[in-house]
Amino acid sequence: MSILKTFETLDYGPAPESPAAAKAWLEDHKRKFGLFINNQWVTPPDSTYYPSYDPSSGEKLADTLQAGQAEVDAAVSAARQAFTSWGKTPGQDRARYLYSIARNIQKHHRLLAVLESMDNGKPIRESRDIDVPLLARHFYYYAGWAQLMETELDDYQPVGVVGQIIPWNFPLLMLAWKIAPAIAMGNTVVLKPASYTRLSALLFAEIIAEAGLPPGVINIITGSSKAGNMIVTHPDVDKIAFTGSTDVGRILRRQTAGSGKKLSLELGGKSPFVVFEDADLDGAVEGVVDAIWFNQGQVCCAGSRLLVQENVADTFLNKLKERMGHLRVGDPLDKCIDMGAIVDQTQWDTIDSWVKTGLKEGGELFQPDIELPKKGLFYPPTLICNLEPAAETVQEEIFGPVLVSLTFRSPSEAIALANNTRYGLAASVWSENINLALDVASKIKAGSVWVNCTNLFDAASGFGGYRESGFGREGGIEGLFEYLRPTWQARPRPEYDPNATQKKKTPWGETIPARPTLPGKDGMDGRALSQIDRTPKMYIGGKQVRPDGHYTRAVYGPRGGLVGQVGDGNRKDIRDAVEAAHAAHIAKPGWAMRHGFNRSQILYFIAENLSARQDEFADRLASMTGRSKKSAQEEVETAIKRLFTYAAWADKYGGAVQETTLRGITVAVNEPIGVIGIACPDEYPLLGFVALMAPAIARGNTVVMIPSQKYPLSATDFYQVLDTSDVPAGVVNIVTGDRDHLTKTLIQHEDVDSVWYFGSAQGSYHVEYESAVNMKRTWVSYGSKRNWLDQHQGAGHEFLHEATQVKNIWVPTGE
Amino acid sequence: MDSNHNRNQVMPLDLGWVMRARVNRSAVERRITSLPARRSIKKEWQAAWFLRAITCLDLTTLAGDDTPGRVRRLCAKAIQPLRPDMLTALGISDQKIHVGAVCVYPSRVRDAVEALKGTDIPVASVATGFPAGQTPLPQRIAEIEQAIEAGAREIDVVITRTHVLTGNWQALYDEVRQFRETCGDSAHMKTILATGDLATLKQVYQASLVAMMAGSDFIKTSTGKESVNATLEFGLVMARAIREYWERTGYQVGFKPAGGLSKAKQTLAWQAMMKEELGVDWLMPDLFRIGASGLLTDLERQLYHYITGHYAARHHMPMG
Repeated sequence: MSILKTFETLDYGPAPESPAAAKAWLEDHKRKFGLFINNQWVTPPDSTYYPSYDPSSGEKLADTLQAGQAEVDAAVSAARQAFTSWGKTPGQDRARYLYSIARNIQKHHRLLAVLESMDNGKPIRESRDIDVPLLARHFYYYAGWAQLMETELDDYQPVGVVGQIIPWNFPLLMLAWKIAPAIAMGNTVVLKPASYTRLSALLFAEIIAEAGLPPGVINIITGSSKAGNMIVTHPDVDKIAFTGSTDVGRILRRQTAGSGKKLSLELGGKSPFVVFEDADLDGAVEGVVDAIWFNQGQVCCAGSRLLVQENVADTFLNKLKERMGHLRVGDPLDKCIDMGAIVDQTQWDTIDSWVKTGLKEGGELFQPDIELPKKGLFYPPTLICNLEPAAETVQEEIFGPVLVSLTFRSPSEAIALANNTRYGLAASVWSENINLALDVASKIKAGSVWVNCTNLFDAASGFGGYRESGFGREGGIEGLFEYLRPTWQARPRPEYDPNATQKKKTPWGETIPARPTLPGKDGMDGRALSQIDRTPKMYIGGKQVRPDGHYTRAVYGPRGGLVGQVGDGNRKDIRDAVEAAHAAHIAKPGWAMRHGFNRSQILYFIAENLSARQDEFADRLASMTGRSKKSAQEEVETAIKRLFTYAAWADKYGGAVQETTLRGITVAVNEPIGVIGIACPDEYPLLGFVALMAPAIARGNTVVMIPSQKYPLSATDFYQVLDTSDVPAGVVNIVTGDRDHLTKTLIQHEDVDSVWYFGSAQGSYHVEYESAVNMKRTWVSYGSKRNWLDQHQGAGHEFLHEATQVKNIWVPTGE
Repeated sequence: MDSNHNRNQVMPLDLGWVMRARVNRSAVERRITSLPARRSIKKEWQAAWFLRAITCLDLTTLAGDDTPGRVRRLCAKAIQPLRPDMLTALGISDQKIHVGAVCVYPSRVRDAVEALKGTDIPVASVATGFPAGQTPLPQRIAEIEQAIEAGAREIDVVITRTHVLTGNWQALYDEVRQFRETCGDSAHMKTILATGDLATLKQVYQASLVAMMAGSDFIKTSTGKESVNATLEFGLVMARAIREYWERTGYQVGFKPAGGLSKAKQTLAWQAMMKEELGVDWLMPDLFRIGASGLLTDLERQLYHYITGHYAARHHMPMG
């Protein structure tokens, strides 16, 4: 009698969730699905299909359609058609639709959860208690923003038709993160679920139709990566949002380069999990379980790099190993397991090969002696100790239940190791010392930092990466800006076709240094003798330095005469400027670590000193551009205004407290991005320079400025203003020369965090394309001009948004 | 209390260890939220676990209106916790299924001992000024002696919460050690921390350590009289202290949640927690007790449901 045996052994038994309803739903569709366009199932004849499997059993669940160009076109056109009315639907009406969707999700909660677990392999506990509740939560939350849009975001308009491509690890949750903010703001959507996990999105499609959403607002297209490409490259798509690997993110960045499409990417990670000696070690062990054995470790923000303080490392690892022996791996629908199945054989193989690499790299493998199902794609919880940062397994994302562990000696070493990565998605910090924990949280470069907790998510808090973990945020108010455009701005339609100009003789960004110039019609003529020759230099690290190449370029006046000369910068000048900009961060106190009040004082001081030399700057502008003195004076006046504006913002954009479901505090901190390279527009030589520099430095960034190529002298005059305004060395660096030549070095520089480019459509294309090298952020003009004098166009919220990245720090409370 | 492990000894007070204790409340809560959802126990496994829970029950009556008759009725239930027809249906009528102990006030010990004569069910007595412990030390110690003299084989002592709240670990240690020395070889001692009266989870952990260093055989959450009684959060913290003590000394100290436990489903959560945090040893009556009175009826009803597939009526289960 088994009861008697269990009475002694106290074993666990199976506790299966019934798949009956999910299977019935599959049968309702005869296990064959079309595309969901205009709230209808579309099944073109002669379509090809792709099978969806249950990874825990290998059982085929259904066939789903592989969309081709015609179907993608139909979906985009349905979305475009719907946008004409949905984009104009009052926010308060859209709010009701989102609310209705949220309610309908709750009505079908269990069905969604069961189907998700069957298709993906994740434990039913997770899909039931985490994924689906968050799915509903996101629609409730963004229903709220739809309600408030007209009053709270009245400077913005929807972007248009949004193409969204989501991964297989959280099929429903990622769908919610993408769709809810998009439709709340009046956009319409074409969404492509991942190939491995298409079914829950199709069930969701029926649920939104049931909720009464107008046709075409949400269209769901299944298909291979080819269909993904078709969405990404479709000319009538205004924005792409993607979650997935950094490699694919790079491809999308290049594919959309120069197109004027907005892009947000949520990519990979190798997030640190930092345990200090004074942590609740048992609590931290459970944190590790939630960090790396959640969803079989197939989590972009998984805490996959364990950093433990050396003096507690043995104790901690022993506790962890003991704990691993209690993990149960098995049928995803079993309510008594911790880990389900790996999504696909390919992924299983990748994980396994990483573990083998870890061993080759000298790692010490630990896998607990626990039972795994005989059949199905299961992988044991795995710990690899004794690895060093030089190991590939410490640097690369494994995307499976594999934890690597390292030790550290001190808080500063912990921070250094935590930041020793290409990624920056998340981090977890464990210490009972609030001073230590919050200090470390503020210094780790990651979009989400969890203090004494891990893998917490909520719609009210933005999620997204630093560095190669991508850009843009999902969740919170910060997540809305991915789906909004300032009202004054139309969708850029750049007139540059990269494919058409490939045969151009001079590749972009190449230049030949300048030669001597004979006197011309105006400018220096006749004045050369009466003035001491004054050739401005580069301004790097707070010093005036000669150009590395020792070449000089001429600056011509409106009638073609020489009005001055500037150094002709090259790669090395940019290199030196970037080094100087970094040094300004490392300096004590680093520019970003200074308080806003100090930065604002310096900006006011710059304004004061510019104001003292107002006439001189106006004269310079007039002589370079040939504009009237009045117009030149207006530009100087406005530049001073901008300095005042950003002096004001220097201590008023720190962030917010997010109202998440956490008991405690979730703080959104608007952190500087780091080193920003800025290529200034020609149209306002001084104002363009100041309007871009000021927000960047106000928010704690350091900058490498490439002044207007045509009219660089206002900028070189400006370094004297900087010199007299207490601006620390390296905060603002100025390199003159050929804009695109210098920009090319900047955009290819892997230690530059963002590039702002206000130049040609062609240059904008190259900037976006080349940025993929380290997934740096970009802000480009696509060759279109803005009215820098206008305060919306020349000093809107956009500038602050581009100068910052949001870090959400989660701090649970309670003793 | 039959035991196959070495009985805990009085150890020196290690204040350094006590002071290093760290407990993060939100991490504890998170574990408690997810643990029951990670360990669903169903069907025959559930039945077996419920049966095991019955053998871990300290069937308790601690009320001002306890009488010899009330105690006799409780003891009868302790001896026969499940209806014979249910035992037969479960195929275990040959098993001696009875509760772990009967727990009463010192004045009722003799009644219980009398009623349990001929069984090996021990009588547990609360002592040391239960429930508040605010009685002079000599009286508290005398209470232990009297209960043992009356036949109690287990003594549930309460600590002076004042010592914990004021951080006077030495005083706490001295007191519990005296209790333990008074129990000697005659009785096993369960030390009630009255966690609902303590200020923080860290104090719960620290008090657990001190109580174990002072020689407790069991540590127990509550008297049942505090406004907050046995919560899984308190239980988790105490279980972790037991684990650390075991790792460092080799002694296995038992654990007893008490107060507020009335539903069978709750016992599964407690059992799963013991198994996950400490192991199967801590699911057996020599290391795990549940202090409760009404819980038994609910366990019976759940077992009835397992047997018949019908939800059971409360009045069909004999009263204890």
